[in-house]
Parts: sequence; structure tokens; C-alpha cells
Amino acid sequence: MAASTTFNWPWQYDFPPFFTIQKNADTKAKQIEAWCTLVLEYHQHNKLLKLRVADALASPLFSNKAIERKLPKEGVMEVLESLCKKGNVQWDDKSKTSCVIYWKTIEQWADIIYSWASKTGSLNTVCTLHELTQGPHTTSEPFHGLDDWLLIKALSTLQSRGKAELIGEEGVKFFA
Amino acid sequence: MDRFSWSTGGPLYGEKEILKQSSVRIYDGDEKTSYDDGSLILTTHQIIWRDSSDFQICISVPLCLVVFCEKQSGGIGRSAKLSVHLQAAQANRTPGPVSRSRYDYVRFSFKNGGESEFHTKLQSAMQTKEWEKTSSQATSSPVSKSSAKTGPIRASGIVGIERKIEENRRVTDKNISVAFQDLTKLMEKAKEMVSLSSNIANKIKDKKGDITDDETVKFKSYLLSLGIPNPVTKETHGSGTHYHMQLAHEIASLLKQPLEENAGIMLLSDAYCRINRARGMELLSPEDLLNACRMLDNLKLHMKLREFETGVLVLQLDSHSDEKVISQTTELVDDSKSLSAQELANLVSVSVLLAKERLLLAERAGKLCRDDSDEGLRFYPNLFAQPMR
Repeated sequence: MAASTTFNWPWQYDFPPFFTIQKNADTKAKQIEAWCTLVLEYHQHNKLLKLRVADALASPLFSNKAIERKLPKEGVMEVLESLCKKGNVQWDDKSKTSCVIYWKTIEQWADIIYSWASKTGSLNTVCTLHELTQGPHTTSEPFHGLDDWLLIKALSTLQSRGKAELIGEEGVKFFA
Repeated sequence: MDRFSWSTGGPLYGEKEILKQSSVRIYDGDEKTSYDDGSLILTTHQIIWRDSSDFQICISVPLCLVVFCEKQSGGIGRSAKLSVHLQAAQANRTPGPVSRSRYDYVRFSFKNGGESEFHTKLQSAMQTKEWEKTSSQATSSPVSKSSAKTGPIRASGIVGIERKIEENRRVTDKNISVAFQDLTKLMEKAKEMVSLSSNIANKIKDKKGDITDDETVKFKSYLLSLGIPNPVTKETHGSGTHYHMQLAHEIASLLKQPLEENAGIMLLSDAYCRINRARGMELLSPEDLLNACRMLDNLKLHMKLREFETGVLVLQLDSHSDEKVISQTTELVDDSKSLSAQELANLVSVSVLLAKERLLLAERAGKLCRDDSDEGLRFYPNLFAQPMR
């Protein structure tokens, strides 16, 4: 799904030191924090889930052509590792060439979907997965357009909590 | 020819050799003599001829007998000659090779040339009349106590060449030792100079009224740059800890003012240059300086050696405060949005190395952040630390 509005870059994006990993530990912590926020917001805005490190290095996310700065690979890795610790990144392989960016964690997704279900009175009824992500009633919801595998993961979490039950591979029933 | 006397060739009192020319033959007037190959020596007192094959054959004529001399240029198969006209022989003359002669002049034939120089030197020697000045102490006869001077070194064959080389070496040796003597003398003089300068300084203090304050200050600064009056040396204070302690005191007193002028901090390399410039001759090794500087802190001399994390060594006054430097640096960076070490160095007129240390210091304090790009390392105000913008 293409972004409907242009992404609002944070102020740091135009601040050259943002693209140099800082030596001062405190400063660096704040810098990495800012990067994490930016990466998540960027992916959320563009509804991107996958990130390949090699591609990311050249993407506008990590390089600002206007001020001719780009975050070096070590920097990118540090940011992703930091996100990984927070549960927002899951590496696809051990060599860490690509990863999934959960701009919301599975837990958060699960909560969002459940609260939607209870809000719209969909509890104790069966919904199709297609209905959840592509249906006309969910266009304004954040999980609209969500990948199926992610949706299933979130619903599985709800299932383990006893709040929902997956029916086959297409449907789900929410419990009160 | 009858004016000549037998001679030992040894110097007379006050006599100096002026010129020596080899391969000279003597003519008694127009007649050839058996003295056909020898070296002719001109001294301040006499002309000496010494046989080149048997140096015991040595005859001389005192310069006081010479009336005048003239040159006869040579030609094909004929060597250039010098005619020397002589006065009548002295009655008391010591015996010579010829008792009577028809001629009042002798001629020297220069087979190897050199007659013009001999002519000039002979004439100037006759004008100087050096022999008259010492005639009261010596007669024209050679002094018998002459030193065991060996005959002239003859350059013939390999032995001759070897001798010549040996002689050259001796002369070089002598020159070198003379040169070093000069150096020692210079060092002695330097000490005198230093004491002189301190004397002048004291006098200036006394006569302060006569000279304006400005001039006094100026002159004092000249004197100061002349050096330390009494440098601490290994000779005066031995080596080891005591030496370094004394040295530390000297460093502290000498560098206090420059340090104050340089915002309380100075690169050790700069300090090294300043110390050695002030010491003049008694140069200090870098190791001794370092050891002495390490003691500064313990001796409570208001300054200490400091090593930055980058390994840069500096001397720093105790009054120097990092906080002040950090806040000043941060302010400067704030004003110009971003600074490189070079730009800061220009702004506060310190060396680039020190400017970089200042920036790194401020960075460690979390006041600045860095931008390391192809254009070099620049420092920005640490906007990350300011929560919201």
C-alpha cells in the first residue's frame, strides 16, 4: 500500500551528527533511541514490514541526500539490534541480512484487534481474515492491509490468551 | 756565495718560516755550484737552503745581508731565477761552504717555479726587518739548542706519499682539536654572558627612574629570552630523582607565565622547546623532561602533567578548570552552529591539537556531538540531549 501522505522526517534527519554514531555513551543512547523511533515510524508510514540490510543502506531512511550524510552499516546494525532487543525486529537468518520490522509488536497488534472486535460488537461472532484486513469496515484501522502471516500471529496470541479461536485458515472467532 | 754559513736549519729566536720552495739550485754569481737540488726556505730572519738528499747539508744567509733581489724569467730549457745581491760578509761570520767568492750575488734557480712568490715574500720580509727586533737576543748565527726538528718531509715514492697522508692527518687532527677548543671556550663565554645579563637586570632595577617602565619591561623580556641563569644539569645535581625534582622546580618557575598566557595549558612538546631554548647550551633530553614533569604534581608546583585519552601529553596549571573550557567551547560551537578543530583553533588561538582536545572534552561532557564525514570531523551542539524541539 503506497503512502498517501509524505512522511514527516524528524528534525534529527537534517542534523548531520545524527548520521555519525556518537562516542559519548549518553549521547549515543539518545541518538539510537531517535533512530529506533524513526525506523518504526518510517516503516509504519509506508506499511513496510521487511527490511533487507543491503537495500536499507541505500534507502532514504538511512541516507539524507540533501545534507550528504548516510548512516554507515555499523550504525544501521546497531539501530536494528537495539530494536531487536525491544522486540520490534526479528532477524530472518543468523547472518542478519534481512529482518521483519514490527512497528507494533505482536502483543500490541493482538490488543488492537481485540479492542476493535469488542468495540464493533464482533465478539462471539466469526470473522474472516480477509474481512479484517481488506474489508470495508476496517479501512480506518491500523491493521487494515496487514499481512496475513502477521495477522495470524496476532490472533494466535489472542488464542493463547483464550480471547479468540482460529477457525481453519480463513476465519476467527473472538471471545468476550 | 761566501756570505753563506753552515746551519742546522733550526729556528733562531723569534724566527718564523714564511715560505718554502723545493728543487732550487744555487748559482754563485754566474757559476753553477754543487748545491743543485734542495729546498729554499725563507724565514723572517734568513734564507736557508737544505739539500734534498742529505738534509744535514744546510746553509743559510741572514736577511740583513740582502741588498736587493731581482727576478729573471726563465725560458725553454731554462728555469726562472732569482738574483740576490748581498753585502760584504760580516767579519765574525761562522764558517760556510765557500770561504771566498768573486761574486757579490747569488742566484737561485727554481726548477719547480714559485720564484715570483718567493720574490714578493722576500721583499716584504726585508721591509719588515723582523730580525732587527730580536737582534738584541740573538745573533745571525743559528741557535744550537734548536729542537730535534726532523728534516723536511720529502715526497718521493710510496713512503713519501704515506708520509704526506700522515702529515695531512696530523694537521686535520690539530684543526679539529682547535675547533673543539673554541667550542669549550664558547661555553665558558656563555656562562659569562648569562651572569652579565643578570647583572644588567639588577642594574636596571636600581636605575628604574631613568628608564621608562615600558623600556624596562621590554629589556627584561629580552633578558628572559636569553635564558636561565643557572640551569640545573646532571653535573650539578647528579642523575636520578633529585635531579628530576630540581628540574621540576626549574620548569615550574620558567613555564608559569607562559602557561598563564596560554589559558593554563601547553603541549609537552611546546614546553620542551621553550625549556631548551631557555637553557641554551645545557640541552635537556625529552626523557628527563618527562620524568621531571611527572613530579610536578607531587611537588605542589601549581602545575601538573596531564595525559588526554588520546595520549596527548600537556602541562596544565592547577587553576585550569575543565568546566570553564567546556562551557567556553560549547558556547563557541553554539554560536557558529558547528566547528572543526581547525576553526576552533583559529577562534581561540590555540594549537589545533589542543583545540581538538577541547572539543573532545566537551563531547565527553555531553555538550557536543560529532559529525564524522568525508569533510572531516566537525562538532555540533548536542541537540540529542535537548529533549524536545
